Amino acid sequence: MRAATPLLDVRGLTKHFPLKASPGNKSGVVRAVDDVNFSVMRGETLGIVGESGCGKSTTARLLMHLINPTAGEVIFEGKVVGSRDLPMKEFHRQVQMVFQDSYSSLNPRLTVEASIAFGPQVHGVSEKEAVKRARDLLARVGLEPARFAGRYPHELSGGQRQRVNIARALALEPRVVILDEAVSALDKSVEAQVLNLLLDLKQDFNLTYLFISHDLNVVRYISDRVMVMYLGQVVEMASTDAIFASAKHPYADALLSSMPSMDPDQRTEAPPISGDPPNPINPPSGCRFHTRCTFAESVCSSRSPQLTSIDETHRVACLMYEANVQHPRSRVNVLKVAA
Amino acid sequence: MSQDAIIEIKDLEVVFGSGSAAVRAVNGVTLRVERGQTVALIGESGSGKSVTLRSLLRLHAPKKTTIKGNIRVAGHDVLSLSSSALSNFRGEVCSMIFQEPLLALDPVYSVGDQIVESIQRHKGCSRAEANKKALELFERVKIPSPERRLAAYPHEMSGGMRQRAMIALALACDPQVLLADEPTTALDATVQIQILLLLRELQKTLGLSIVFVTHDIGAAVEVADRIAVMYAGQIVEEGDVRTIMRAPRHPYTKALLQSRAHGSLDRGQRLATIPGAPPDLAKLPPGCAFAPRCTYAQDECREGTIALISLGESHSARCRRTDVTHLPHTESVET
Repeated sequence: MRAATPLLDVRGLTKHFPLKASPGNKSGVVRAVDDVNFSVMRGETLGIVGESGCGKSTTARLLMHLINPTAGEVIFEGKVVGSRDLPMKEFHRQVQMVFQDSYSSLNPRLTVEASIAFGPQVHGVSEKEAVKRARDLLARVGLEPARFAGRYPHELSGGQRQRVNIARALALEPRVVILDEAVSALDKSVEAQVLNLLLDLKQDFNLTYLFISHDLNVVRYISDRVMVMYLGQVVEMASTDAIFASAKHPYADALLSSMPSMDPDQRTEAPPISGDPPNPINPPSGCRFHTRCTFAESVCSSRSPQLTSIDETHRVACLMYEANVQHPRSRVNVLKVAA
Repeated sequence: MSQDAIIEIKDLEVVFGSGSAAVRAVNGVTLRVERGQTVALIGESGSGKSVTLRSLLRLHAPKKTTIKGNIRVAGHDVLSLSSSALSNFRGEVCSMIFQEPLLALDPVYSVGDQIVESIQRHKGCSRAEANKKALELFERVKIPSPERRLAAYPHEMSGGMRQRAMIALALACDPQVLLADEPTTALDATVQIQILLLLRELQKTLGLSIVFVTHDIGAAVEVADRIAVMYAGQIVEEGDVRTIMRAPRHPYTKALLQSRAHGSLDRGQRLATIPGAPPDLAKLPPGCAFAPRCTYAQDECREGTIALISLGESHSARCRRTDVTHLPHTESVET
């Protein structure tokens, strides 16, 4: 697995948002994303899940450099993004994004055709060529160009607008598309149409997806690998099958068990964890999950877990899986025996 | 199960605006909820589920809304209540929790004050008694360190805590009916399941009757005894939660359940989709509103009024093709 160069390699990505001091509130920082490391292989779909405030959207924005990271770097095909080898403009041609709110992410004064053709023109494509490309893409996402090209965003339904956003993201012929809650605002019957479209486009254009969502069913359906985040950090990363079959991190396990049951005879009997996620302004010391974790021991509040490989493709950040940590419920030996 | 209905809605029609711009949000909803039952209204945006729910408390602006039909809640004829009787009815007989507690709670009063005010208004008791009752309510909805939290303002609480506080407020005057409008949609997954289980427990211990509106079928399965599926302002299918999940008969319900991404699907396998989009409520097609998107539709579906067909005890569907909808679609085409 390690032999292939990842398409996208994220190293030590960190974003601390400064807080303004206000009466009764000392200035501080929100640790939105804290030392996040992961890589994305060519042609895969990496799902990113977690609850609000876990940093999944901030991670996406940092990848796109919509906001500047406090620390860390993003490496695309072995080249550091923003360096002389790979200027930002060139990187943006390769990586595009689709947002949750299909309406606010389109310019209300441009026809959808003009919106889609805008990016290519910025990157030096002639207007005629860009418009032709826009019409081809509209047809490709299931919107007949003759009917839809001249429409404005408010003349489309939510599902149609999201198709336009997808077409716009593809207009620069990118390699990677980041989908940040891209289907979350759609009705279920429309969501299925857009998910099918995303699968088709991925195949036809050889795309790599970063799929961010809070809907675990959808992530399970579309992703090859899943990354679970909690309070700005990655807690577990594994193939979709492995993580849904047996998540190792207590938080990942609780999150996945929180999915409502679809069987009336097998309803959830007790909530997997209690309480709300803590505030990322003052995250708990040590393991950030220890305040809600049923397996927490004293060591968990003092020592920060590192993302540890438990097999070739499965990594988890929990002290129970780290060698040389005195956790009474350590799973290290159990794993050794199993191997 | 007792047979007395606590909620009876008959032929409810709700129209917003008038003339050519009139939006027919609810078109003849009939629904019966028995005492102690939880009924989930599910449907997509614009299906009329929230509008139906709000009609039960008459929350629509009277000048812009035309409501026809009949609503009885615990013996009260809701549509003909005088305004003072309506104020007594709200909160005391029937109360409601909303999707976004930050918008539903008053930001300039502490949560405790809002609960105490409500108790004093309806029960006419002293402030001390009301305080005591508010504390009990906070304990009942499992808010940790309840004394301290009563003094908190809504913005000082987390999302899950605020939703618990709103449930406490809704229960302040011991209502018989609780209406819940997407109460867990804005919450995180691990918090959502806590709130769903809390509602289930409260229903049981207090003997509440709950009408629960949601677009999330999973949430409905966790709390509901019965499910009513809405489309274009009508209930298209209604039945016991097991029947609806396992043997749905209306093509829309079937398609809705199949189009969901769920665990038993293989990755890369295409999702079954419903073509097209929900209809414009200002320009509803004649006949069945789902016919333009329905794979079972025939010419007869595009005219007249579609009657509710009974499919056995407490299961009904508003469809003319129920004789074939239990078969897989390919077979129905051949017949």
